[in-house]
Amino acid sequence: MSFAKRAAASIAALTLAAAPAVAQEARVGMITTLSGGGAGLGVDVRDGFELALAQSGSDAVELIVEDDARRPELAVQIARRMIQSERVDILTGIIWSNLAMAVVPSTVAQGVFYISPNAGPSALAGENCSENYFNAAWQNDSLHEAAGATANELGYENTFIMAPNYPAGTDALTGFKRHYDGELAGELFTQLGQTDYAAEIAQIRDSGADSIFFFLPGGMGISFMRQYEQSGLDLPIVSAAFSFGQDMLPAMGENALGVINTSQWSPDLDNAANEAFIEAFRAEYGRTPSLYASQGYDTANLILSALEQADVDDADAFREALRAADFDSVRGDFAFAANHHPIQDIYIREVVQGDGELTNRIIGTAFEDHVDVYVDECRM
Amino acid sequence: MSLSLLVEQLLNGVQFGLMLFLMAAGLTLVFGVMGLINLAHGSLYMIGAFVCAVVAGWLGSFWLGLVAGLAAAAAAGAIIEVVVIRRLYARDHLDQVLATFALILILSEGVRIIFGPFPLYLSVPDLLNGTVSLGIVDYSLYRLALIGVGLLTALGLWLLIARTRLGIRIRAGESDREMIAALGVNIRALYTVVFALGAALAGMAGALVGAIQSVQVGMGEPVLILAFVVIVIGGIGSIKGAMVGALLVGVIDTMGRFLLPRAFGLFLDPSQAMDVGAALASMLIYILMALVLILRPRGLFPANG
Repeated sequence: MSFAKRAAASIAALTLAAAPAVAQEARVGMITTLSGGGAGLGVDVRDGFELALAQSGSDAVELIVEDDARRPELAVQIARRMIQSERVDILTGIIWSNLAMAVVPSTVAQGVFYISPNAGPSALAGENCSENYFNAAWQNDSLHEAAGATANELGYENTFIMAPNYPAGTDALTGFKRHYDGELAGELFTQLGQTDYAAEIAQIRDSGADSIFFFLPGGMGISFMRQYEQSGLDLPIVSAAFSFGQDMLPAMGENALGVINTSQWSPDLDNAANEAFIEAFRAEYGRTPSLYASQGYDTANLILSALEQADVDDADAFREALRAADFDSVRGDFAFAANHHPIQDIYIREVVQGDGELTNRIIGTAFEDHVDVYVDECRM
Repeated sequence: MSLSLLVEQLLNGVQFGLMLFLMAAGLTLVFGVMGLINLAHGSLYMIGAFVCAVVAGWLGSFWLGLVAGLAAAAAAGAIIEVVVIRRLYARDHLDQVLATFALILILSEGVRIIFGPFPLYLSVPDLLNGTVSLGIVDYSLYRLALIGVGLLTALGLWLLIARTRLGIRIRAGESDREMIAALGVNIRALYTVVFALGAALAGMAGALVGAIQSVQVGMGEPVLILAFVVIVIGGIGSIKGAMVGALLVGVIDTMGRFLLPRAFGLFLDPSQAMDVGAALASMLIYILMALVLILRPRGLFPANG
């Protein structure tokens, strides 16, 4: 090599080294529920995620979306294909905790990152936490813990509690009981995807409860509220945002008015990132986003922020970049605890009549800088 | 546990059973007369609910919505029979299952494209809002009306099959298809009518139940599975069997979910009892089906004796 060539090569190398950091590319596989009873949740996560990608204007993320139809075996198949044939760097998107339990452990064991926009089962937050697993939404118990604390504040002393029989349902009841001081009028597991709650409502009526707490996301909550309305029972309800989200309120009707529910996010949350998000989401999709959309949006921005700092192929650097969570979350302050689950405020909301539609309004704060209880069991 | 709770749960079981009967009746008629396994029956239930919700939303009347839902399901049934199902009668059951499964996917996706992925709102008519006192228990007026509609439909169906010319043809078709065709009955038209009748019943069930449940894509499949359990227990092809099977499944499922956790509560701690009870309760009707299959492989009331 002549001197001239060598000089040119060194100059080129120097120039490259000095160039400003450009976002590295990553292939992201999204497995989410786009058909069947839970479709509304997955559609909102996907739409929020895609909106953030479009807004960023960067093409750092190549997104592949697949529908799991809320079936664990299908989710496992898709994950295997995405990891082995499509060579994704990051998986995300799963809504339901039973599907997350089936997919996440093997995904992170293969060195692929999993960043949850929703499901946060307790089993993955404590002893079985993983350095490659991040949850950008919440640990399952959190919102229900806030609901338990809120029930105390509202003076309820004999609450009837109910959730579907799957990991997130167990977490919901555990979370509620952790902070609730009163008596339990009764405790019930329903089936995941159950549509008729006549038998449960009869038992609530018979139990002498002074209030009800339930975790019934998506169509399950809509069905319950419709039947509750027809039952003649009129006990106050305290719940978490999953059972009174923007994805459900239009189908629930006025019966939901006044229901108290807890959430890490709300459409009326006052910060610049959230205002911009709500406006852009409405303009793009013509509806008000649900908390699932906000979580999808945050998940995408988290990934984008990390890609600006590090190459996804350099797992250690990329992990550090994720852990820094250097992005403007639509829920306001956001940081990761040692088990890669959020440290965040949890608000108390009320269902109100908004501008032509039912919506939620923040009426108080249940917890500030809340961390889940499993964090101490996590050793990475 | 009070008597009123027990009575309320029994009513819930009967109501659930009668709605299952509306689904199972169509399924068992189609199987009995045409020998066809129709997995897409649940999609007709969904179509009934969606059309009812949309029309009720436009016109502000649940009743017009109900009529529209029923008509739409019947029309969809007739179209599906003419376009797809007609080609399947001569094929074996595997082909039928494959083709009708494809119909589920197509119809679910079609409904999602037209109406969107989010559940629709369908309200209970004002006339049937609230509760009514039945002496020892206050019961939802709408659910009571569902029991009434279920019983009337069962009666109407029985009259249709036992007392009308169409009924004679349906029964004749169940016994010997070739013979009634040879006797000059237009068997193709009869098949379309029976299929549309079954579809209308499914659409009616969907619309009625849609008012107290969530009107959403895929709502038909869980009901379809139960309806199959019902006709296996009752005897495939038998309306009477469908009625008895539906009531058995409705009452056993409801009472099981309610009583089993309590029974286990007598010797386990509440959380564990709920866990075990809920798990076992969800198996109960399948255990019943297995027992019936062991003891009476052709069901409780087999159609062709």
